[in-house]
Amino acid sequence: MLELHDVTKRYGERLALDAVAFTVGDGRLTGFVGGNGAGKTTTMRIILGVLAADRGTVTLDGRHVTEADRRRFGYMPEERGLYPKMRVLEQTVYLARLHGWTPAAARRNALELLDRLGLGERTNDTIESLSLGNQQRAQIAAALVHRPEVLVLDEPFSGLDPMAVETVQSVLSDAAASGAPVLFSSHQLDIVERLCDDLVIIADGRIRAAGTGDELRAEHGTERWELLMSGDAGWLRQAPGIRVDAFDGGWAVFEAESDAARQAVLSEAVARGEVVSFTREHTTLAQIFKEVVR
Amino acid sequence: MSTQASPTQANPTQADPTQTTNAPGERHAPRFLDGVGLIAGREITMRLRSKAFLWSTAVLMLAVLASVVLGSIFGAQETTTKVAVVAGASAVVDDNPALEPVAASDQDEAERMLRAGDVDAIVAPAASEPLGITVYGLDSPPDSVVSALSVEPTVELLEPAATDPTLAYLVAFGFGLVFFMSAITFGSTIAQSVVEEKQTRIVEILLSTVSARALLTGKVIGNSVMAMAQILAIAVLAILGLIVTGQRVLLGGLGGSVVWFVVFFAVGFVMLAALFAATAAMVSRAEDIGSVTTPVTMLVMIPYFLVVFFNDDPTVLTIMSYVPFSAPVGMPMRVFLGDAQWWEPFVSLAILLATAALAVWIGERIYRNSLLRTGPRVKLAEALQG
Repeated sequence: MLELHDVTKRYGERLALDAVAFTVGDGRLTGFVGGNGAGKTTTMRIILGVLAADRGTVTLDGRHVTEADRRRFGYMPEERGLYPKMRVLEQTVYLARLHGWTPAAARRNALELLDRLGLGERTNDTIESLSLGNQQRAQIAAALVHRPEVLVLDEPFSGLDPMAVETVQSVLSDAAASGAPVLFSSHQLDIVERLCDDLVIIADGRIRAAGTGDELRAEHGTERWELLMSGDAGWLRQAPGIRVDAFDGGWAVFEAESDAARQAVLSEAVARGEVVSFTREHTTLAQIFKEVVR
Repeated sequence: MSTQASPTQANPTQADPTQTTNAPGERHAPRFLDGVGLIAGREITMRLRSKAFLWSTAVLMLAVLASVVLGSIFGAQETTTKVAVVAGASAVVDDNPALEPVAASDQDEAERMLRAGDVDAIVAPAASEPLGITVYGLDSPPDSVVSALSVEPTVELLEPAATDPTLAYLVAFGFGLVFFMSAITFGSTIAQSVVEEKQTRIVEILLSTVSARALLTGKVIGNSVMAMAQILAIAVLAILGLIVTGQRVLLGGLGGSVVWFVVFFAVGFVMLAALFAATAAMVSRAEDIGSVTTPVTMLVMIPYFLVVFFNDDPTVLTIMSYVPFSAPVGMPMRVFLGDAQWWEPFVSLAILLATAALAVWIGERIYRNSLLRTGPRVKLAEALQG
């Protein structure tokens, strides 16, 4: 379990991170969401020890993260880069060996991973000769080739086509399934929503919300209900304890003061005609995000 | 979200085959020296793969070989100077072995030949002069002709200098040029390599794996090995060339100084490499390397010019042989000239070692503090403070 406590970082006058604290559980895919300049990259750099925090701690399973621990982290920085003139396989093997793998094992890991990422045919091409999408895949290979036990990925999905997004999703899910804490940031909220077990939302250097999707929804989502029935639903406006937010013929979205009021609406609807659907509106991550960072 | 977790989540035993446990011994905790070795190895491999590097090395080798061969050809020749001789003055010139007379019918024709560059001077009769002739030059006094025509008293030296000044000049030029070329070539290579890592941002991945110190050490070692290999290749080529062309006399005098040169160069280059890496780390784009490394380039160029212009000035040479940045050129030069006491190279080497250690220490500090700072050039004071 990766934990951040009270992590604070100043750049001159600007407070980039203000007492940031959150947890990335073992085997949990944790999405890290925030606007541009919110502090995601700074946080990730501090986790990796690439940047020093002014205050606060990063712990792994309750112990301070050491240099030796970090060698077992996989990191994909926000700004991509590999040696342009090195070949894909050569470069991936080099990074695995820097992490302490023997040459033979490094090569085997690299070939397996590159193949899985769809770069099996490109292993002898130089990085600079690859398309941007393939460079991105090579970048993911570089972050994973040493079989890290903790993954920290800054925007792993940006610049990928839908096929590649799927491949990377499955690679990340597998890493989590093997027990690794996985933290990744993304602007693509739909992917985060689909993929993540946990969410951390940051704005202006402060953690605004953290928890599972359901927890965030319960805390920050508005509880709204959607009714679709045959006939007119205009009677809802007069129903006690009900506030109608949207209305069109037999369709309405409303908030209920209490469970009893909501149940009364359903009974009434059934009595008045055929109910097509009666559901709790699903609050999207995008809605929660807007609500939380406001 | 948690309700939509991937199926593998529920069943950890279905883990990805690439995440299986590994055979013991395939992986160990990375050690500092392993990292340094890998980094140095990469620097060397990438350099050997660069066509530009291979070509420039080949050209440098050819230049060394050519200068040895040409030296032997010209050294064997008597040099003569062509002079236009106006009728009436030929008696003065004809018997002179240093002059090659070209007959001119009159003063006008002789001047035409001089202006056209066919001859280097004119010797014309002048009844009013004590010697009976006047020597004309084009834009400067033709000293070689004047001295060939002069009557000189016999000179006896009580303490003759051990070395021929022309030879001293050539050796000085050789040491200076080789130091200058190698230091600039490999210094700029290391600077480019640092900025490449910054510009492509791979440095973030590297720093999450190895320390800045390991990265810098690997780079410095990799490039120093290449620079030393090139210097040794040049030394071997020059020595072989001297043997083949039969210039053994020169070889005998050079031996000790060449050994000192190689030793001083090894230490001096490590110092320069650390400074090149540190200054380069302060910028983020390849275009800015030139301006930011200028001070270090100056440190390399100044000894070259000093040794070329002042190789006959013992005071300047003595100072040069102790100043760390010029010692790799200055001390071998003094050893060659026989000016240095036996202990002097050791003292100078100790000073150089201390300075190199300091340069590496400061260099590492600047390097570490600047590596992750992108955008405008990092100020030196900030790079030192961190």
